[in-house]
Amino acid sequence: MEEKKQKSIIDKFWDFLASVKLAIIIFAMIALTSIIGTILEQGGDPARNIQIITKLFGESAAPTLYSVFQKLGFMDMYHSWWFITILILFVVNLIICSLDRLPKIWKSITEPMGPATEEKLRKFLISREVVLKGSAEKVKNTVSDALSKIGFKCEEASEEKGFQFFAQKGPYSRLGVYITHFSILVILAGAIIGLKFGFKGYVNIPEGAATNVAFADRGTRDIPLGFDVKCDNFNVEFYGMSDMPKEYRSWLTILKDGKEVLKKSIVVNDPLTYEGITFYQASYGSIQENFGRGVFLFRVISANGESSNLQLRLGDSFQIPGSAITGKILDFSPALRIDTNGQAFTYSDHMNNPAVLIDFHESGTHTLNGWILKRHPETWQLPGGHKVEFHDYWGVEFTGLQVRKDPGVWVVYFGCIAMSIGLFIAFFMSHRKIWVKLIEEKNSTRILIGATANKNRAAFERKIDTLVSLISGKEKGEK
Amino acid sequence: MDSSVLFGISTMAYIVAMIMYISYLAFRKDQIGITATVITLSGFVAQTFAITLRWKEFADLSGMGFMRSAPLTNLYESLIFFVWCLILGYLIIEFKFKNRSFGAFITPIAGIALAFIDLTGVSKEIQPLVPALKSNWLLAHVTMSFIAYAAFSLSFSTGLMYLVVTTEKRSEPAYIFWTLTLGIFVIVMASMAIDFLTFKVAVKPDIFIRSYLFKTSFLHTSSAIKILSWILSGIILLAIWRYGSLLKTAMVKFDIGADMLDEITYKSIAVGFPIFTLGGLIFGAIWADQAWGVYWSWDPKETWSLITWFIYAFYLHSRMIRGWRGRKVAIVAVIGFMAVIFTYLGVNLLLSGLHAYGSQ
Repeated sequence: MEEKKQKSIIDKFWDFLASVKLAIIIFAMIALTSIIGTILEQGGDPARNIQIITKLFGESAAPTLYSVFQKLGFMDMYHSWWFITILILFVVNLIICSLDRLPKIWKSITEPMGPATEEKLRKFLISREVVLKGSAEKVKNTVSDALSKIGFKCEEASEEKGFQFFAQKGPYSRLGVYITHFSILVILAGAIIGLKFGFKGYVNIPEGAATNVAFADRGTRDIPLGFDVKCDNFNVEFYGMSDMPKEYRSWLTILKDGKEVLKKSIVVNDPLTYEGITFYQASYGSIQENFGRGVFLFRVISANGESSNLQLRLGDSFQIPGSAITGKILDFSPALRIDTNGQAFTYSDHMNNPAVLIDFHESGTHTLNGWILKRHPETWQLPGGHKVEFHDYWGVEFTGLQVRKDPGVWVVYFGCIAMSIGLFIAFFMSHRKIWVKLIEEKNSTRILIGATANKNRAAFERKIDTLVSLISGKEKGEK
Repeated sequence: MDSSVLFGISTMAYIVAMIMYISYLAFRKDQIGITATVITLSGFVAQTFAITLRWKEFADLSGMGFMRSAPLTNLYESLIFFVWCLILGYLIIEFKFKNRSFGAFITPIAGIALAFIDLTGVSKEIQPLVPALKSNWLLAHVTMSFIAYAAFSLSFSTGLMYLVVTTEKRSEPAYIFWTLTLGIFVIVMASMAIDFLTFKVAVKPDIFIRSYLFKTSFLHTSSAIKILSWILSGIILLAIWRYGSLLKTAMVKFDIGADMLDEITYKSIAVGFPIFTLGGLIFGAIWADQAWGVYWSWDPKETWSLITWFIYAFYLHSRMIRGWRGRKVAIVAVIGFMAVIFTYLGVNLLLSGLHAYGSQ
């Protein structure tokens, strides 16, 4: 007696875990709690979150609320114990509801169809009746032609007073929902694989430097890469003469045991992958303490076409080939602008408009002094047809790379593909069954049609009406 | 011809069509209804040309090829595309169900979106692409997201209509819910209309104000007008609540059955949900993986898309529970669209994050 009662509680609990009701409760819980994490900055600056809380709840409540929120893990809520618990509940519900329903669904998929009784045919939600002249044997072909015209390959059974056709289409479409549910589990499994066996990190590499470690996004862990990644060069391209960036490009070299194994330039949307570790162009910046120590890349061309490539440093002098003109590099600005008084000034620490100040002498006498700008080729021209092309100031910028290893990503993508297929099947395909019974009567044959569809019945009903007009229309034509 | 001229023509057409559809619902004159359809169709044709032209202008300017130059890179362009999808969806419904009364509920959404462009002063210029948007995923991700948004808007309108048709008593929660939703909708539309008439037609201020939105009502400098706006809003809400049954009477005459509305709501979501999942969430994740190195980072945009996804999943599953079918699920469909609006506009305008392309 007692055992029986206990079992029913377990049954009830199982039913609850398998229920749609629990599913929608979980959906609502995930949706509602997720909102918190979009308002409070996750893993961000505490001062910023205090500011947000003050704005929402007032100054007096803010400190208490902040500490309560912090205890509840709101500042990193997607990793908090209670959010993970909801997700686990979500998974449990998904698995149990599938286990609960699949056997029944599987049975209705694999169950062979058989002929139906007249009584049953009349009970279907889609049910039609047509009477044709002639014997059942004569009408048979008309019916089977019409059935194949609407796309059904039928089985045929002889009956006492005639024949019966029956067929089904898309029984496996019933699995669409389960494919979708399964795909969610696959995606979550992929995410867990990524968390367990992968990492997310970043590294800043100055031009010319190399590194064999990255820094984890969460925590302060150093991640050994197992190889060196070197930044050969970094460059920002702008739209026209504006400061609107068009492209960030890093030229990277991978060195394994000191040997060069891979060379690639990366831009946003086109990363580099080596040994499962991927480097993404994420940020950049200038190294101000290097502003005096970088290398100027010049190409000087004299009026008679002689040219040479030069690598110079601040304070260096150079000569224009085949002439008595010498230049001396006096100053550098990462972003030069001329104000309304004609005064040059630096408007940014970034290399938005690199410029170099050069003092020119001809045979020992001072002739010219002026700024040459990388982005303005018109400033490269010197009087007398000579030219100083300013190509780069190298060694003063760093590239910021997002570094990631995620062996689970292909599992996630597999899950995404499965989900797309599952949703397509679940929404746009249905399991359709049709029975057509021919009953011979005096000089005529009664045709009974019964049909079912587990989804989109209206569309199937239209198809059945087409069938009816095909059957009766053909008969009229023969008359 | 310039694309902006054509955009202007289509905007005018949609706003005129909106007024005609609403008067058609009120007066039931067939000529009004036919004119509304013709105007909507012409607006749609003009807009289609305008989008194609802008696409070409952008492709010529950027030199990146046609497929990467889809004009879907900022708030203005995305709102235009959203309206285009919405009108297309509406026209399909009108022709399929041979019923024009839906127009009065759907064209106002387009009207609000278009007025929003004008009043918030979003930039209509063709802007060069930031490096992160230079990807083949742009076209697939953005078009599919907006087709889904448009489908969800349709389900919002028909869900709301379902509630109008099926509620009886003023004390019913479902009745209060739909009158409140419709009331807020009407208030937003009315105050935007006043903003538009004041700033764009009557005053034309010399000083540049970035956003005119609600500056003549809720955000007016004088507190008297602010208070008056709130009082008037209260009166509008009360009036809609008091006389809501008139709307039902008008709609019943158009032979709109509750079952048909439920079917359209479901079908819109059944189209929107898979497209949103694939184009919005999955393609978005793949693109984020390529550009930022993480397929999911709980960024506000991602999280709000997920919230929207869960609300529509809620809708689809709650239909299977006995006693939920009907009014309760219609309410869920309406709430789902509110999440869509927040995912689309709220996140970009109110919250910060990586996905900030649509905030200007």
